[in-house]
Amino acid sequence: MNIIVCVKQVPDTTEVRIDPETNTLVRQGVPSIVNPFDLNALEAALQLRGKHGGKVSVISMGPPQAAEALKECLAMGADDVYLVSDRAFGGADTLATSYTLAAAVRKLGDYDLIICGKQAIDGDTAQVGPEMAEHLDIPQVTYVAGIEADGNTVRLKREHEEGYEIIETTLPAVLSVVKSINEPRLATIKGTIKASSAEIPVLTASDLGVDKDKTGLSGSPTQVKNIFTPEQRTQGEMIAGADAAECVEILMQRLIGSKLL
Amino acid sequence: MAVIIKDSECIACGSCLPACPFGAIELEDESAKIGDACTQCGACLDGICPVDAIEREAGDEKAPAADLDAYKGVWVLIEHFENKIRSVSLELLGQARLLAGKLGEEVAGVVIGHGVEDLASQVFAGGADKVYLADDPLLAHYSTDGFSNTLTDLIQTYHPNVILLGATNDGRDIGPRVACRIGTGLTADCTYLSIDEATKLVVWTRPAFGGNIMANILCPNSRPQMGTVRPNVFKRPEPDYRRGGETVRISCKLKPEDIRTKFISLQRVGEASCNLEEAEFIVSGGRGLGDPKYFDMIQELADALGGVVGASRAAVDSGWKPHLHQVGQTGKTVAPKVYIAVGISGAIQHLAGMSGSDTVIAINRDPDAPIFKKANYGIVGDFKEVLPRLIAQVKKIKGL
Repeated sequence: MNIIVCVKQVPDTTEVRIDPETNTLVRQGVPSIVNPFDLNALEAALQLRGKHGGKVSVISMGPPQAAEALKECLAMGADDVYLVSDRAFGGADTLATSYTLAAAVRKLGDYDLIICGKQAIDGDTAQVGPEMAEHLDIPQVTYVAGIEADGNTVRLKREHEEGYEIIETTLPAVLSVVKSINEPRLATIKGTIKASSAEIPVLTASDLGVDKDKTGLSGSPTQVKNIFTPEQRTQGEMIAGADAAECVEILMQRLIGSKLL
Repeated sequence: MAVIIKDSECIACGSCLPACPFGAIELEDESAKIGDACTQCGACLDGICPVDAIEREAGDEKAPAADLDAYKGVWVLIEHFENKIRSVSLELLGQARLLAGKLGEEVAGVVIGHGVEDLASQVFAGGADKVYLADDPLLAHYSTDGFSNTLTDLIQTYHPNVILLGATNDGRDIGPRVACRIGTGLTADCTYLSIDEATKLVVWTRPAFGGNIMANILCPNSRPQMGTVRPNVFKRPEPDYRRGGETVRISCKLKPEDIRTKFISLQRVGEASCNLEEAEFIVSGGRGLGDPKYFDMIQELADALGGVVGASRAAVDSGWKPHLHQVGQTGKTVAPKVYIAVGISGAIQHLAGMSGSDTVIAINRDPDAPIFKKANYGIVGDFKEVLPRLIAQVKKIKGL
């Protein structure tokens, strides 16, 4: 089973802070990481390879420094990795990104499954997976929490508001996986050493033969008009009781007084 | 439209570097350079550069692909489960009414399913002027192919201007598929919608960077303008059952082989205990509990209040609670009357999911925990001392 995993290098948004004085985003010192859900996607692919054989390729679209993210994937055990990078890809929204990644998938060819994380933690759109499936005209199953492959079919457990749906589909298909599907493995020391000296192949716009009007900013129907810092709620009341009992007493008075209880 | 830095005027002072939320500007030798990460948001434009070397390039405005004025109407994809309309779809009908009012256009609900005709009256009551009804046995259960083919057909036949979808698992599954086929833009997980007075475009407001910043997004040159909207962000309008409208029945062109996924079954998980989106009272626990066993205490308080149990990402990541309980940017967005956060520090990720709550109560040992900034009432202390007393008091009042 040949699997292509799509990963994105993202700023660790849990480390991003708002400067309270300037109300701007503090990015300094914020590490770049592999999008956490994409590590679940890679782990799912590696487990399928373990069971069914085949190979795991990883692609990532991004600036040259995204090669670091791909090295991490190599260290975890990916067979080969490709950086999809070109000035022409800059400023892409999800439609242009999925068009470009779909072209990279076609270039690699010979795949049974494409696995993505459910969304990237910087944009949180969850759109690139489904849009890639559309560009490639293959089925998709999103929010996957379990995968069982059997020949040319996969049986999937899909997260849903009411619980889990069990869905079957035929290969090739695009899956997007949720965190609960697995615990990503750690890189091995051997893998890390191998990855550190690895040359990361780059696929450019001309390598992919893409229509440049459909990539990057010019291929993006959405535009960012402006950005702003969300309003902070004003500080409420810190309940100052002498001990826990008194605090609870005061809190109950407030809740009953405002008819919340 | 591209934002550029004029090399000849840039003095390489670096003032624009921190202004970029995407870290796209770098200092190179003699001038600052805008890199690939630029999204053209313009945060570096207004009064940031001391020598006015940054500007938006004029003249390369993309020509609209087609006659955009031919696209009229604000649509809502009506999601339903077991013959009941999901709350988010009704919330969206209310928003659609507001947008349509400003545009002078009509509101339509799109109902796709099987045996769903009787939902139409509720869609009218919620604010729709028209219902597009696609009813077919092949649509008895949600499938990406079945529903996206049907919705795409409808769009290509009736040319709506705007489509609102719930940012639910199904809404976020069908939305990108359809937007991609049509070749239009889709803004994800919006929390505010408005109309730009000058251009009459929808301004889609959404959180980015885990809720650290908000972005206003436009879709100027393609139609329909599409967006998914988070559940529980907008209030559901009061239904008006005197309202009626036109029901347009669509003949379904689907063939069984068009649907490439097969629905086998639905496994329900803790349904009664986990309906966070609709809950009036939520008691959430975080890593500050120290041990998963204390979720019993959280549960006891939730039960006494007639509420449900939530959890922070940290608690879910530690395996203390299943993901279905997670409140936050990557979990559920909730809007209860009362939200009680116990042992939750209040990472921005968590705050993004619960800031719609009417009243927030925070219990935490750390007086500097960010959660207190969002709380209406804060108690600094050990939850092990606070909760049993609170549970006892609530039970007393409720006569339990």
